[in-house]
Amino acid sequence: MSVPAGKKLKLPLPSDDRRWRLVGATMRRHGYRPSALIETLHTVQESFGYVDNDALRFVANGLHVPLSRAYGVATFYHFFSFKPPGKHTCAICLGTACYIKGGPDNLKALEEAFDVQAGETTADGQLSLLTARCLGACGLAPAAVFDGEMVGRLDRMEIQQRVERLLNDDARRT
Amino acid sequence: MTPEELDEIATIERETTHQFQHRVSVCVGTGCHSAHSEEVKTALEKEVSRQGLENWCQVKGVGCRGLCASGPMVEVDTAARLYQGVTPEDAVEIVETLDTGSVPRLECPTDLPFFTRQTKIVLEHAGRIDPERIEDYIVMGGYTALLKTLTEMTPAEVIEQITTSGLRGRGGGGYPTGLKWRTVAIAAGTQKYIICNGDEGDPGAFMDRSILESDPHRILEGMAIAAYAVGADEGYVYVRAEYPLAIKRLRAAIIQAERNGLLGKNIFGTPFSFHVEIRLGAGAFVCGEETALIASIEGRRGTPRPRPPYPAEFGLWGCPTLINNVETIANIVPIVRNGGAWFAEIGTENSKGTKVFALTGRVNHTGLIEVPMGITLREIVFDIGGGIPDGRKFKAVQTGGPSGGCIPEEYLDMTVDYASLAQVGSIMGSGGMIIMDETSNMVDVARYFMEFCMTESCGKCIPCRVGTVQMHELLCRIAAGQATPHDLELLEELCDLVKQTSLCGLGQSSPNPVLSTLRYFRNEYMDQLAAKPGE
Repeated sequence: MSVPAGKKLKLPLPSDDRRWRLVGATMRRHGYRPSALIETLHTVQESFGYVDNDALRFVANGLHVPLSRAYGVATFYHFFSFKPPGKHTCAICLGTACYIKGGPDNLKALEEAFDVQAGETTADGQLSLLTARCLGACGLAPAAVFDGEMVGRLDRMEIQQRVERLLNDDARRT
Repeated sequence: MTPEELDEIATIERETTHQFQHRVSVCVGTGCHSAHSEEVKTALEKEVSRQGLENWCQVKGVGCRGLCASGPMVEVDTAARLYQGVTPEDAVEIVETLDTGSVPRLECPTDLPFFTRQTKIVLEHAGRIDPERIEDYIVMGGYTALLKTLTEMTPAEVIEQITTSGLRGRGGGGYPTGLKWRTVAIAAGTQKYIICNGDEGDPGAFMDRSILESDPHRILEGMAIAAYAVGADEGYVYVRAEYPLAIKRLRAAIIQAERNGLLGKNIFGTPFSFHVEIRLGAGAFVCGEETALIASIEGRRGTPRPRPPYPAEFGLWGCPTLINNVETIANIVPIVRNGGAWFAEIGTENSKGTKVFALTGRVNHTGLIEVPMGITLREIVFDIGGGIPDGRKFKAVQTGGPSGGCIPEEYLDMTVDYASLAQVGSIMGSGGMIIMDETSNMVDVARYFMEFCMTESCGKCIPCRVGTVQMHELLCRIAAGQATPHDLELLEELCDLVKQTSLCGLGQSSPNPVLSTLRYFRNEYMDQLAAKPGE
């Protein structure tokens, strides 16, 4: 049954979590059109940090898209992740400029120092180590992003120290 | 908005600016922003207000100045003094010396070839206007090209100017822009769309990002002119989600333009209406391909489809759609303002105008440059780029990203234009230019790009999905010293097959980095084989 845009009955939210309202608002802004699938998944990723099954069902239902298609789209694009991120993230750029200026070296240093593989989160959930295709900060290569803060011209030593600082800041506070 | 109102905004803005004795511009573009230039700007503002000089000295954020490696850059009084590597602690000294002199330890020479050898058309406002204020754009003559288009020109006349200019697509393909516009304009259908492609996926390229972050209104005005010319009333800007600052500034620009009646219904009181929306990419390189990009805007997986039909006839939601790259669109306003003939005088016979390059890698001055077509690679690397650091030797320049190739030293005196680059086995591409020195291993470079194509292959067609995996496997074997001469033969055979039979540009061009390194650095491959031929 199709409902005219704007007259749609209120969608039941999966839980009381206020973040679902943001997701609902994105769908409403786009008139619940199926074409809003990617935009809505962006809101989910931004609000929750990852996309899980509840979110996929909620979005597929709201936009009248088969769940299989929502899953297909969400898994096609690298930007959406399906695991909750660690408390802190470090994303190392492996674009061409960073690659030839030592990005892979920095990655290896962190993998060894913190016992975590690229794309994974440490066992204690403190650190997610990510790689990026290109952050567009090629002039500052090699670059990395620590909890949203971009830093350039990194070497093995400095990148390790910066991650340690991220993790230690918490320890001091608690 | 009436023409008089547009004029009034410019006049008021000019008078306001003239009240200040000094103007301190802090670069808040891509590179400098990452080097914390916002903090420098705040420190300068604080210092100015601490000394009670708010009416005497203006502090503003401006777009990218290009020399990203030396950021944060601060400019005093329009190029009178240029400072590099500024920290918030330097604010006091900079403000104190405004009248009396300068801060020598921060000075960056403005007569470097890096600055003097460039020709700025696309980036003419970058480093001069505050990208977050529409008034700054208007005072530079912004939106007068749109006014001229809507009130003095017919759509056919606009297309004629673009055709005369000889402008070709800056996203990599190099298709004549005027021809593309005409195809959309004459396509049947009442509903047409225009898309600005800002899915800058090539690793090592940040031209579009910088344009969007430094001069977002230029893109909106260019899109509106294009929409008028082809008969579209809705437009989309497709931007990578990895560019949050570009998205933020573009969003702000759209709102400002709508408030001022420069986007929306009946622009300048004419029947022409135009709306722009932003769509975020989600990290899929293949979405730079136009049919994949359209699928992505429609909310689907970004997989390409066979062409024809081309998007000019059957595009977004089946309607005729014009897709132009960000840099192409950024060229529209100056062409309309100065005429197509003016543009056609710049550049070479078959490549007109300028090209923006992201100059990175093993070169002294990394950053963003805009040069006229026809300049030589040597001038770019050794004059503008300042040569190779640490006394090392130049080895190759990589252009065109994963679709391009590596150009060796013997071609350094070749001119930069579409045809010459294709002749030596590379492409113009979107504008990434990565310099490599003797420490770079060319087999590893080829392996790097193949890994990229393998990961980014959408999986729709078999040659690309399977071929890139196999080619990557072979390159890994060679790099590990485990390959036989037969493996090398197999690799070359696969390159040919994938090139000939893949569905879209990603697959068709994925062997290019291998082919070009094999062509010029074959000895490096041979050296890494486990068994030599004949053994």
